[in-house]
Amino acid sequence: MCLGIPGEIVEIMTDREDFAMVSVAGVKRAVNIGLLTEDDEQLKAGDWILIHVGFALSKIDEEEAAHSIRMLEGMGQAYTDELIALAQSDLAN
Amino acid sequence: MRFVDEFRDAGKARMLSTRIAGLCEPGRRYKFMEVCGGHTHTIYKHGLEDYLPETVSLVHGPGCPVCVIPMGRLDDAIAIAEQPDVIMTTFGDMMRVPGGRGSFYDANAAGADIRMVYSPLDSLKIARANPDKRVVFMAIGFETTAPSTAMTVLRAAAEGLENFSVFCNHVTIIPAIKAILDSPDLRLDGFIGPGHVSAVIGCRPYEFISREHRKPLVCAGFEPLDILQSVHMLMTQLAEGRAEVENQYARVVPYNGNPKALKVIGETMRLRPHFEWRGLGFIAQSALQLNERYERFDAEKIFAVPGVRVADPKACQCGEVLKGVLKPWECKVFGTACTPETPIGTCMVSSEGACAAYYNFGRFTRDRVKEATRA
Amino acid sequence: MTQHLGMPRQASWAEDAVREAEAEGPHIGAEHRSREQQVLDRIDRARARRPRVKEPRITLAHGAGGKATHNLIDAIFLEAFRNPELEQMSDAASLQVGQARLAFTTDSYVVSPLFFPGGDIGDLAVNGTVNDLAMSGARPLVISAGFILEEGFPTEDLRRIVASMAAAATAAGVQIVTGDTKVVQRGKGDGCYINTAGIGVRERPIELNAANARPGDAILVSGPIGDHGITVMLARGELDISADIVSDTAPLHDLAATLLDAVDGVRMMRDATRGGVATILNEVAVASQAAVVLDEAAVPVRPEVMGASELLGIDPLYVACEGRFVAIVDGAQATPALEALRSHPLGAGSAIIGRVVEDPPGLVLLKTTFGGTRIVDMLVGDPLPRIC
Repeated sequence: MCLGIPGEIVEIMTDREDFAMVSVAGVKRAVNIGLLTEDDEQLKAGDWILIHVGFALSKIDEEEAAHSIRMLEGMGQAYTDELIALAQSDLAN
Repeated sequence: MRFVDEFRDAGKARMLSTRIAGLCEPGRRYKFMEVCGGHTHTIYKHGLEDYLPETVSLVHGPGCPVCVIPMGRLDDAIAIAEQPDVIMTTFGDMMRVPGGRGSFYDANAAGADIRMVYSPLDSLKIARANPDKRVVFMAIGFETTAPSTAMTVLRAAAEGLENFSVFCNHVTIIPAIKAILDSPDLRLDGFIGPGHVSAVIGCRPYEFISREHRKPLVCAGFEPLDILQSVHMLMTQLAEGRAEVENQYARVVPYNGNPKALKVIGETMRLRPHFEWRGLGFIAQSALQLNERYERFDAEKIFAVPGVRVADPKACQCGEVLKGVLKPWECKVFGTACTPETPIGTCMVSSEGACAAYYNFGRFTRDRVKEATRA
Repeated sequence: MTQHLGMPRQASWAEDAVREAEAEGPHIGAEHRSREQQVLDRIDRARARRPRVKEPRITLAHGAGGKATHNLIDAIFLEAFRNPELEQMSDAASLQVGQARLAFTTDSYVVSPLFFPGGDIGDLAVNGTVNDLAMSGARPLVISAGFILEEGFPTEDLRRIVASMAAAATAAGVQIVTGDTKVVQRGKGDGCYINTAGIGVRERPIELNAANARPGDAILVSGPIGDHGITVMLARGELDISADIVSDTAPLHDLAATLLDAVDGVRMMRDATRGGVATILNEVAVASQAAVVLDEAAVPVRPEVMGASELLGIDPLYVACEGRFVAIVDGAQATPALEALRSHPLGAGSAIIGRVVEDPPGLVLLKTTFGGTRIVDMLVGDPLPRIC
């Protein structure tokens, strides 16, 4: 029931109000974007949205997504650095 | 798949796993509740528990909207479906849920017309295509799904459809969390907060948990790395003596929620005075129904609904599983009388139910399997 | 209006089920909460019990190819018809007629819609039966075709289906030598149902059987999975989804022969129809009382099939194919087996997806791309009805 899938807007449909054609790994479906029409920015092709039972629930903030990944990578780098430092200190002993 | 694959990276998982282990205080055990059924499903589907130290356990909560529907409501839905010229429509998960007299599958076999739909809009399509039939949509879900039902009702109103109605079983998450916090049986260190519910209601509604109960909550996404990162954030808060609401799922969840979604819910629905939750009993102000302005779309006003109450079998311990007091395998009927093909309770039927997840995905003990799956 | 009748009733079917289970002995988990393994053992025993069909009516789940189907076959058909050959439950029965060793099989086709991208019910009807024969190591010879047509069915549609069958038969090297036609009243038949039966010659001195799998064996699949099931699901038009996927329906006799010519350590082959790859592997694990370990990253799935599956919340491992098979091969011969499959146009996407191990017997385990482990159980219910 919580099933929400990220999809990319391929086009905003002009013949149906509040609908966009969205692609999930090449699979296309018309999705109702009526829950996102009061944001300041208009949705456009190339935007990513979260699809839930045929409706777009949220616009995916690509900057936040990149930030999450960067944080994990940063932690990963720090972790690797620590391991290296630990190994070197052992060798020094 | 973008925004999915990056959050399933095994390398980052191993790194987080080590970090989490590093934050464990010696001699202390940690218990976090993941409220949302979608999280339960992810945890088991990806084998996430393999990455957690033995002292950190995840307890499953009542955030599975199918699981909390009492058997009697199923019987009510079947009673509607059995009336002349009715096409009942619902999400796939509901088809096998057992009521007092059997499931929707069984009702179909006996002659009812109950169909699976992917979206409430599909239900509207069926209504338009079958003007001589009365089409009912059985709406289930937390605040995640309520806006979709609301938008569908608004659309039906705009089109002047006269043969469409909603049998509304939407429930709200905060009363469920309150019931958990008030439960004396449970000692939790923190919460993995719902992801998609929060996309609608935002993170503010959870602030009372940190303020009044001094427990941290992290809103989490649904990929395995999201959950692992959230556990790390919870452990970090505990290590630093903090109890705050944090948003790990910021790429989807705005802190203030989705105002339009909240608006359409407010426009079409209102809170019921009380509603029966399987396992948790009657809870005040915990469920939604269509309001007066839209009552012509309310199936409970159009059809004679018996309001059946069916007692859970004494042996059924869905309630305790839903509250996180019992693990699935500790339930007396788990795996014997109650299996996915012969479910007694809802926890075994819904793809997000803890028992179904454990039975289908996790039914083994770690050590036996480590041997078998070693690279 | 919703009345609220005060006193709650009981669900008698549930009380009965609990009573029956209790008769088998006390539940251990409740008293000894740390003894998870004992509970799991008890569950294994419960699963191994003789199946019974308790439902008073047939439901769609009985046709899905999963647990309910297996129960139905065991408890009703096998129980009534019981004989040693039937108990094998192979894709095709083995017959000795004089000097000749024959294979004999049958299948019925109820796919909806009848026409879909990549093929139609006619293609399925011929290829499906050819494949069952091929999977038992036989050379397909002849096919029968029985039609149940609905009053009002367009003759032109029948011509199209029959043309497909003729072409498919030629491609598979078989002849349709006998058949039957019935017509039922409008409303009683959903257009066109087809039953085909097939006979093949078993020229190779091999016995392929799911029970032959043993620890150390490799598991191969002949190409990307799930194409057919997803194609048919989308072609129904109820889901408003479009994608560039076509059914994978194809005759596998030549590909199977290529494999059997290349290596002699093939334990079994089975085409992944209803219930998908997951169902076959569960059948193997139970028949051979070994365990199957799958590597999720190694299972070939087209991105569009993955996308559609994620969107619909279904698992490609359970989705039907109509032109793919799973082969279990002696581990030492895995590489030449893979090369042989890949050398054939229908096997270009073949992959080694896992291996057979000793423990825990009867289970299929999956190493997820995330690095965790989970079980892949037998299918319950029917996520995709009327797929083939």
